[in-house]
Amino acid sequence: MADLQRLAETLEQDGGGVRDAGPADAVDGVPALAVARPTSADGVAAVLREATAQGLVTVARGAGTALDWGAPPERVDLILDTTGLDRLVEHGAGDLVVVSEAGLPIAALSETVRGAAQELVLDLPPDRLAGDSTVGGALSTGVSGPRRLQRGGIRDLVLGATVVLADGTTASSGGKVVKNVAGYDLAKLLTGAYGTLGVVVRAAFRLHPARPDRAFVLATGPLADVAARARDVVASQLAPAAVEIDRPAGSDVAEVAVLLEGTGGAVGQRAAAAAALLSGRVQDGPPTWWAALPGVSTSSTDGGSSTSGGGTHAKATATLTGVAGLLTAARDAEQRYGVGVALRGSAAGVLHAVVTGTPEATASAIGHLRGAATSPREGTVTVLRASREVRAALDVWGPVGGLDLMRAIKRQLDPGRNVAPGRFVGGI
Amino acid sequence: MSGNEAAALDVVIGELVDELGPERVITDRQRRRTYECDGLAAYRVVPGVVVLAQGPDDVATAVRACARHSVPFVARGSGTGLSGGALPHSEGVLVVMSQMRSVRDADVVNQRAVVDPGVINLQLTAATSPDGYYFAPDPSSQSICSIGGNVAENSGGAHCLKYGFTTNHVTGVDLVTAAGEQVEIGGKAPDPPGYDLLGALVGSEGTLGIVTSATVRLTRLPQEVRTLLAAFRTMDDAGAATSAIIAAGVIPAAIEMMDALAIEAAEAAVHCNYPAGAGAVLVVELDGPSPDVAGEFDDVVRLCEQAGSFEVRVAADDDERALIWKGRKSAFAAVGRISPDYIVQDGVIPRTALPLVLRQIAALGESAGVRVANVFHAGDGNLHPLVLFDGSVEGAVDRAEEVAGGILDLCLEHGGSITGEHGVGADKAKHMPRMFTADDLETMQAVRCAFDPEGIANPGKVFPTPRLCGEQPGRHHGAHPLAESGVAEIF
Repeated sequence: MADLQRLAETLEQDGGGVRDAGPADAVDGVPALAVARPTSADGVAAVLREATAQGLVTVARGAGTALDWGAPPERVDLILDTTGLDRLVEHGAGDLVVVSEAGLPIAALSETVRGAAQELVLDLPPDRLAGDSTVGGALSTGVSGPRRLQRGGIRDLVLGATVVLADGTTASSGGKVVKNVAGYDLAKLLTGAYGTLGVVVRAAFRLHPARPDRAFVLATGPLADVAARARDVVASQLAPAAVEIDRPAGSDVAEVAVLLEGTGGAVGQRAAAAAALLSGRVQDGPPTWWAALPGVSTSSTDGGSSTSGGGTHAKATATLTGVAGLLTAARDAEQRYGVGVALRGSAAGVLHAVVTGTPEATASAIGHLRGAATSPREGTVTVLRASREVRAALDVWGPVGGLDLMRAIKRQLDPGRNVAPGRFVGGI
Repeated sequence: MSGNEAAALDVVIGELVDELGPERVITDRQRRRTYECDGLAAYRVVPGVVVLAQGPDDVATAVRACARHSVPFVARGSGTGLSGGALPHSEGVLVVMSQMRSVRDADVVNQRAVVDPGVINLQLTAATSPDGYYFAPDPSSQSICSIGGNVAENSGGAHCLKYGFTTNHVTGVDLVTAAGEQVEIGGKAPDPPGYDLLGALVGSEGTLGIVTSATVRLTRLPQEVRTLLAAFRTMDDAGAATSAIIAAGVIPAAIEMMDALAIEAAEAAVHCNYPAGAGAVLVVELDGPSPDVAGEFDDVVRLCEQAGSFEVRVAADDDERALIWKGRKSAFAAVGRISPDYIVQDGVIPRTALPLVLRQIAALGESAGVRVANVFHAGDGNLHPLVLFDGSVEGAVDRAEEVAGGILDLCLEHGGSITGEHGVGADKAKHMPRMFTADDLETMQAVRCAFDPEGIANPGKVFPTPRLCGEQPGRHHGAHPLAESGVAEIF
């Protein structure tokens, strides 16, 4: 039985508190007993040490914008609310580096660095950004957006991280300089780990100078045609910052949108060249669906199948040439299984799908999307958000290379399975 | 050497000869000596036995034999590493990967290549540049270093300021684990599901297993490349120019700096004809789409002149560009012309601390009576101080070591790192506790235990003290291989 009094005592110095959990604190339907909200890394360590000593299971929570991504935890006793760790530790503008506590909203961090005409190039989905998605949440869910094509995902931007392990050990790796090969890069291991290795309390990121000018080039066409034209732009020397593809559910056509960034007239010249490649049109602003997850957009022009909040949400990866196969597989799955499959994402081969339909049909459709790649090394589909019924009907993660090594890492860092058990691949 | 270790090695050698055949297993001491050091020749250990791996199965066979008898193994690519990461183990197996050197699949349409670990870095660029692509990580040793070595060390290079390090360019590997199992991780598609094992493996310096195949990104060749050399009276002026360029929002492909002593050495070695009277030179390279490069290049020239550059030379063609780079790329070897011996350091500082740290390094050198030449990647604050000494003079090595260590302390005081691209290896393991706490290092080693519970994968590197991973039920342990890491033969 949890001793909440003793948990609260661990936060006396920290100044944070512990309260009983309410229905709103459930994690993807799994109810919690209590919520701790420390305000410092030491506080996180103290409360986690005590919680684990009591045999409790802890799940970290930032703003909770993606708390239902990944599998639901087997059990939750303590929610560790990280939003009390909301300090921006350091913005080294001249060094293009920012160090932040885990609970700081990405939006707040971005606003600070924008003051120096810099940005952390994450391109979070607008609804997560507006929901105050935190540094820790962005890291733990391994986000990437349109500009991953050129700048990589968050795993490519993180320079260092501090994590508190289940037993309260606080460990840092990496650093706050752009170039550093001393020791293991544990920050990458924590990225996209859904909090199953510990609670991230601090991270350092590489920033980029914000480009003063940008232009978008858009074109619409049949699926295979759009995929081929997108690939032409990726293979060009125009250095596109992003090449995004949007295929609404039920559609035989898709739209491609290219982002070019730079200064002044140079961007205009490149935009014109991209428009020629795409047989497309140039516009100043992004399309309504830019950076948003499929089925979600900021306007009603997003086709007739808005699935905002509903449907099964999956991440699909592919090789550059495999993107075309994924698009046609989405259409085939709709015809075969009577589902809707909206697909959107980077021509670099990282897309998101939203599948609407019965659990059985959804499972079949996900299986069909997986079949678009000739092997898991050429493309995977992992389910991020789904109802219990859908989860029960399919293999959420699909084949995972190196699963035994992953299990061994979990055993080493969280031998008692005290943090977020069951949330990750292979039941980790 | 303990009797147990020697006996275990003998058993392993017997098994290797049986399974791989005598031509792939080198036991002759003279031939083994060929491999006694990597690019850091100050450390030498003759390996217990050498395996010339012809393919992944050979590697797995060798590692399985090691695992059966708790014998350490070390993988070696081209042996160009500068931190002793491929330093052999006297009672262990050195697995030489350099005969596995085929580019298996140059899939330019998908911007990926699948390569053997022994493929030379520049070989991949040569194979793909006719199609308009190249392999972006470009360590100075790129004409001889292997991609397997790049993966182990997370190699960078002059152009990683813009294009990132090896870790940003690897999307898949085939790994032989420390138990000898062959595991496929990632592939041509990005973001494989599960923990980012690639993030952990790249840069782990051979301590988590041996990579037998790597799938890497191919980068599109830029439309335009422009290079300039700017000469300054002082390092401070050159540093101010660098800051101004970064502050203007320009991300050059490279910004390299050399001080007067490094320039002197380069002149003596390769006659690169850098401007006379320069206290510092900057080499700045921009690449990308032509219209953008043209605009930014003019900005860079103006910023250099505003910061006090008294001569800016612009490369008119590839030959002139090569001449500008020649001085920079030859700098390490060139200091051999002005000093019989030298130590190369690889510390990193926040770039804005450059002027201060350079003055502090100069003061350190002066007070110890040791000359320090500076060559570095100014854009990302990665210093390569060359601490010059004459090993034949009594006490000179010690003074040089003291200055070199002092430079690393300076880097750490300013929030930097002890190594930006050369790796920790055998050389800097002792400095790790100055950068990381005991808990930090324990946690890293816990991850190591997940990959290598027996501690047989390149023991003695990266970490100053071994961590025992806990007894495996039903297993018998001999002397822990880390307990004696061949120190007796190190000089």
